[in-house]
Amino acid sequence: MSNTASHTIQLIPRPGQHDGEGARVAEAARRHLHLHTGAVQTSAVYTVRYPLTAAQLQSFAAQCLQDPLLNDAALDQWAVAPEFKSYILVAKGPGVTDDEGTSAQNALQDFLGLDLDIRTQHIFSKRLYLLEKELPETDLRHLAEELLGNKLINRFVVGHTAQGIRDFTPQPGGGADSTTHTIRLEHLTDEELVQLSKENVYALNLEEMQAIRDHFYAPATQISRAEAGLTPDPTDCELEILAQTWSEHCKHKEFAAVIRYRNAVTGEEKEVDGLFKTYIKGATSEVDRLLRANGNDWLIKVFSDNAGAVRINKDSLFVWKVETHNSPSAIDPYGGAITGILGNNRDPLATGIGGARLLFNTNVLCFGPPNWSGPLLTGQLHPRRVFEGVRKGIEDGGNKSGVPTVNGAIVFDERYRGKPLVYCGTGAVLPMQLDGKDAWEKIIDAGDRIIMAGGRVGKDGIHGATFSSIELDEAAPATAVQIGSPITQKLAMDFLLLATRRGLIKCSTDNGAGGLSSSVGELAGISGGATVELEKVPLKYPGLRPWEIFLSESQERFTLVVEPSKLAELNALAAEMEVELSDIGQFTDNGRLDVTFDGQPVASLALEFLHEGVPRKVLDAEWQLPTLHEPKLPASLDATDLLIKLLGALNICSREAVIRQYDHEVKGRTVVKPLMGRTGQAPQDAAVVQFNFESWEGVAVSNGILPRYGDIDPYQMSAGAFDEAVRQIISVGGKLPNLTPGDGIFWSVNDNFCVPDSVYDPVTNPDGKQKLAALVQLCEALRDMCVAYHIPLTSGKDSMKNDFKADGQKISVPPTVLYSMTALMPDVRRAVTSDFKAAGDVVYLLGDTYDELGGSELYHLFGELGQNVPRVRPEQAKELYQKVSEAHEQNLILSCHDLSDGGLAVAVAESLFGDDNLGAELTLAGALPAPTELFSESHSRFVATVAPEDVVAFEALMNGRATRLGIVTDNGRLVIRHQDKTVVDAATADLREAWSNGPVNRVMAGEELTLQA
Amino acid sequence: MSNQAENLATQMADSTAAEQPNNEQRVHALVLTGFGINCEEELAAAYRLAGGAATIVHFNEVLGGQTSIHDYDVLNFPGGFSFGDDLGSGVVMANKVRFRKLPSGRTLLEEIGAFIQAGGYVVGICNGFQMLVKMGLLPDFAGQQEREVTLTHNASGRYEDRWVRLAVNPNNRSPFLKGLTSLEVPVRHGEGRLVIRDEQVRSRILAEGLNCLTYCDTTGCETAVYPLNPNGAELNCAGLSDTTGHVFGLMPHPEAFLSLYNHPDWARRKRLDPTLSEEGDGLKLFRNIVEHIRQTRAAQPTEATANQVSL
Repeated sequence: MSNTASHTIQLIPRPGQHDGEGARVAEAARRHLHLHTGAVQTSAVYTVRYPLTAAQLQSFAAQCLQDPLLNDAALDQWAVAPEFKSYILVAKGPGVTDDEGTSAQNALQDFLGLDLDIRTQHIFSKRLYLLEKELPETDLRHLAEELLGNKLINRFVVGHTAQGIRDFTPQPGGGADSTTHTIRLEHLTDEELVQLSKENVYALNLEEMQAIRDHFYAPATQISRAEAGLTPDPTDCELEILAQTWSEHCKHKEFAAVIRYRNAVTGEEKEVDGLFKTYIKGATSEVDRLLRANGNDWLIKVFSDNAGAVRINKDSLFVWKVETHNSPSAIDPYGGAITGILGNNRDPLATGIGGARLLFNTNVLCFGPPNWSGPLLTGQLHPRRVFEGVRKGIEDGGNKSGVPTVNGAIVFDERYRGKPLVYCGTGAVLPMQLDGKDAWEKIIDAGDRIIMAGGRVGKDGIHGATFSSIELDEAAPATAVQIGSPITQKLAMDFLLLATRRGLIKCSTDNGAGGLSSSVGELAGISGGATVELEKVPLKYPGLRPWEIFLSESQERFTLVVEPSKLAELNALAAEMEVELSDIGQFTDNGRLDVTFDGQPVASLALEFLHEGVPRKVLDAEWQLPTLHEPKLPASLDATDLLIKLLGALNICSREAVIRQYDHEVKGRTVVKPLMGRTGQAPQDAAVVQFNFESWEGVAVSNGILPRYGDIDPYQMSAGAFDEAVRQIISVGGKLPNLTPGDGIFWSVNDNFCVPDSVYDPVTNPDGKQKLAALVQLCEALRDMCVAYHIPLTSGKDSMKNDFKADGQKISVPPTVLYSMTALMPDVRRAVTSDFKAAGDVVYLLGDTYDELGGSELYHLFGELGQNVPRVRPEQAKELYQKVSEAHEQNLILSCHDLSDGGLAVAVAESLFGDDNLGAELTLAGALPAPTELFSESHSRFVATVAPEDVVAFEALMNGRATRLGIVTDNGRLVIRHQDKTVVDAATADLREAWSNGPVNRVMAGEELTLQA
Repeated sequence: MSNQAENLATQMADSTAAEQPNNEQRVHALVLTGFGINCEEELAAAYRLAGGAATIVHFNEVLGGQTSIHDYDVLNFPGGFSFGDDLGSGVVMANKVRFRKLPSGRTLLEEIGAFIQAGGYVVGICNGFQMLVKMGLLPDFAGQQEREVTLTHNASGRYEDRWVRLAVNPNNRSPFLKGLTSLEVPVRHGEGRLVIRDEQVRSRILAEGLNCLTYCDTTGCETAVYPLNPNGAELNCAGLSDTTGHVFGLMPHPEAFLSLYNHPDWARRKRLDPTLSEEGDGLKLFRNIVEHIRQTRAAQPTEATANQVSL
C-alpha cells in the first residue's frame, strides 16, 4: 500500500475535560527531572495507511475512535492550540507490538464490514504531548526518554510547534531476504573462534566453538551435508541454532558442570557431578522415594516439561512454574516484565498436551533502592524507573490476561540496581485426561504436523536466549527487547483451551527463548526429527532472513503438534476464534532437524549433536570465610522508636499501592488475599486460592527469599528461604506432606537461582571461586531441606550472569534464590489469616527465639551486617509445624502470622493492622536482651491467637512449644514489656501509619524521596 | 442453541457446566466471552449458585449466528479487558455489536433491542458495563443508542482493586436489586469514572432513579471521598439502569463476592459471628434476577417462551 494513502487522526481532550495524563507528565517532569513544562496536553494519534475516502475517515474517527463526551478529532492536520510551544511525538519503532493500532484495525474492519488484512500493521498508534513552555530540544528528548517511552522501542520526534509538527510512522521493511550465509570455521585460530562467537552474540566459549568446528568438518558430517545439498561450511542458521540450544539459558551448562569444590574453612574437598543432577534432581528423587514408600504418589511430572505437575485429585492436576526475566527488564522494564509474565503463563498452558486453565500469578521482584542517589552507569536505568516499569508490566500482563496476582514480594538492595530480578510464577489446573488421553504426556510421531499458533514473527527478541546468558553492558542489542501482547495471548489461550478439550491437539509447547529453533528443536527430540519450511511462517513485515525467522522470539506463539487428520477441524476452530495458524512442517524420525526456505536447505543438524554435543564445563569453587563481626548496638535503645523505623524500612513497609494495581481476585476464588482485615491492610503470609466453585479444595502459595543472609552464610540463607516459604503455608493452615500414608497432601516447589557470574577468571572475575562455592552451598541446603520436610522440587530455573557492566565497572547481584511453594488446602474455609480478630484472644509465640540478629533488618538500620545469622533447625521446625497443623485441624488458632523481617515486634504490629481498634498487652519472659527478643529473625516461628476458651486445649497440644505472651486488647495500643520494663508502647494507628506511609507507597504516589539510599 | 455451542459452553467452563441439568424451566443466562473478556467463569457460576443455568459462548458464536441470544433470559457482558481497553474501555467490542451484521442481516445491537422488547434482561459488569455505555444502551433516554454518558479513566489515573460499599437507590428499576439497600463488592478497574454528557441527562438520571448504585461510606451515606468513591464518578454513581429496568450495568463485581470467603474481612467476621452466612452479598443480585424471571413466567405462563421465539 502506498504512503500517499496515509491519514492522520488526532484525538484531543475536549475543553473542560480533565487531562489526567498531561497533568501527571508535567508533575513527573518537575519532580524527577526538574523540568518546568507548564501545562501538558496529550492526544492520541492514529496514522491510517488504508485507502479511505474523506467521508469514511471522518465517520471512522467519529464512530470508532472518538468519545464524543471526552475528545474532539482533528483529521489530516494537527490541532495545536496557540499556547503550546513545544511538542513530543512518541511513536513505536518498526515491528514493535502495537496493540492499539491492531485494535483500531479491528474496529475499522467491523465498521466498514469489509474483510481487511488486519494482521499486517496498517494503523499505527502514537501519542502527541504538547507543552506550554518552549523547552530546548535536548530537554524535550530527555523528558521523552525518561518519562514517556524507551528509546529501544520508541521513536521520539521533538521540536517547537512554531516550526510545525514532524511525524514518524514506521515503514514496512524492504523485500524478502532469503539470503543464507555460510561461515567458515575450518582453520580458524582459537582467538578467531572466540571473536566470531562474540561478534555474533553466540555466547559460546572456545571449547564449544571447537566442538562445533570439529563436528562440522568430520568426514561423516561432510558426507551427510553433501547428501542434503548443504555447503561444507556451516550456515548462519545452523550456528545460530546451536548457539541458542547450547546457551546457558537453555542448556544450564553451569548447573550441569563438574565442580571442583574446596571449603578452605573446613578443609572439605569434593567433586560435584553437576549441581542440578546432584542436588535438585537428586533431592526430588529422594523425596519421591519417601513419598511413594508412604503411599503418596501424587508427583506426576518433574523437570521434563515446561512446568511441573502434581495430582490434586482423580480428575485434575496442578501445574506450577516460576521463572525469571531479568536481562530484558533491566533495559526495558515494562516490556521485560510483561513479556516475562506472559511467557511464564505459556509454560503451564503448554505442559503435556496443553490447555491448562491458569489459576493465579505470583511475582517476586528485586530492585535497587527507588531513592538511589548515587551515579548511574551508561545504559543503566534509575531503580525507580525500573520499579515503575516492571510494576506496570505485571499489572498489564496479569490483569489483561484475567489471571489474578495473588501474592508476591519486593526486595530492595543496592546490588540489584544494575540488573533487577523479576520472578514470575503461574499456577494452573489441567484435567487429568483430555479427550481420553493422559493430559500430562507429550507424545509425537513422525508425520505429525508442526503448527505455529498466535502472533506473527518479526525481528523482536532475536538473541534473547544468548543475550540473557551473558553479562549486560551498555551495548545491549535493541532487538533483544520485546513487548508482550496480552490480548493476542488471551485469544490463543482461549483457543488452546477448546482445541485440547476437543482432542484436536496432540501436544503443544510454547515459543519462548530461541523461538521456533528451541520449541521445534526440543519437540523433535520426542519423535526423532523434524523438517521446518520457513517460508510458511507468517511475518509481521518482510526483510527477515531465514535464520532470523527461526530464532525470532516474537511473543504469544505456541507450537502445536497436530495429526494431519485433525487439521481441518483445528483450522476451522482457529478461524472462528480469530487465531492465526500456520502449518510450517512435520515431525520425522530420521534423527535430524532439517530447515528449508523455499525448498532450499538452510540447516540440517543431527539431533544427537544438537542436544548432547555441548562439552561439559569443569569449574572451580573455593569457600573462604567472610570477615564478619557482631556489632555493639547503643546501650539505650528506644524499642518503640526502632519498631516505627523498621515498619517504615524499605524491605518491611507496606506495598499496598503496588498490590492494589494488580487484580488479585479475578476468577472469584482468592480466599486469602495479600491484604485483609477490617482495614483491608493487614499483610498476609501465603495466598489461598480455591480451584473451582464446586468444591472447597484449593492451594496455598508462598515465596521465600532472603538474599542478605547470604552475605553471612549461603547455606543458611538458602535453608532459611526454604523454611520461610514452608512456614507461610503452615501459617495459613497448610500441612506438611507425607505425614500420614496416602494423605494426598501435595506440595510442589520451584527453585529459581539468580547469581552473579560465578566462573573464575583472574582478571574479570577474581572472586568467581567464592561465588561458585556460595552457589554450591545454596544447593546443599536446598537438598537437605527438601529431604527433611519431604517436599519435592518440580521445576525451576537458573539465571547465571546477573551482572551489569559499563564504564569499566561491574554491578553484580548478590547470590539470590527464590523458593516458590504451593500446597494442597483440602478446605479453603479453614484457612487462617494473620490479623488479630478480637479483644480477649490470647497471644502466643510459637517456636524459639535465639540470639540471631545477623543479617537482620535491625542491624541494617545501623548499617551493620552482623554474624549470627538465623539458623534453620529442621527437626525442631518439623515437629512444631506438625503441632501447628494439628491445632489448625482442631480449629484452635484464630490468627497466625509467620515471623520474618523485623522479627516478633514487626509481626505483632502487622497482626494489628487489620483493625485500629485492637491492641495487645504482651510480656516477653525470655532471657535475651529486649532488642534481641523483639527483633531477632530466628526462623520457624509464628505469632498466633487463641480464643480464651481454647487455651487449655491449645497449650496441652503444643506441649511447651507455645509461649503465652499476653492478650489482644480493645484499646488500640501495642504495649510490650520485657523484664519488668515497658519496651514498646505505641498506638496501633501510629504503627500502621508508619508502615502505610513508608517509602514504597510514597514512591508509587510519585514522591521524590530524599532518604539516604 | 446449536450442539456445537453447547459443546463449546461445556468446555469453556470445564467442570462447572458439565453437571448442568438440561431443564427447560430454568432461568437461562447467556454469558459472552472471548477477545479478552475474563470474568465469564465466576459470572456463570453466579447463575448456577442462584438456581439458574448459564451457558458461556464465544462472542463470535453470536456474531456468526450459531447462538441466538433470543434463546436465553439474560444476556451477560462480563468484565475483563476486551481488546486490551485499546481505543478506550469496551469500545472495540461495542463497535462489533453496533456494526457487524449477523446472518439475520441485522446488527447485534438491533437484536439486543428486540431481545429487550421481548422481555429479556441485559447486564454488563465492569468491562461489560463499559461496553453497554459505549453501545449507547445506558441510559438511552433518546432511544437512539447515542452516547449520553461515558466511562473513562479513574481520577487517580490508576487501575485499582479494592472493596467498596454501595448504597442501592430505593427508586431503582432493576430486578437485580430488589430488596437490597446496601452491599459490599470489589472494584477492579482503571476506567470507571462516569462522565455525564450534560445537565439534562444528569437530571433525568436522578429524576428517574437510574443511578441505581452509589458509592457510600460505612454508614450508607453517599460519598465523593476517595477511595470510598474509587474513581471520581459523577453522582458517585457505580451503576446505571435504563428506563425499562431491563438493562443494568455496574462497575463493581458482584460475581466476585459469591461466597463469604471472597471478602477481605471474612476471617474476622466469622470469628465474631460463627453463624455468619457463607453466601456473599453479590450472590443476592443473581438470586433476585433468577427469582424475578421465574415469577414473571409463573404469572404469565403463556408467555414463558415469549423471548424464545425466533425473531
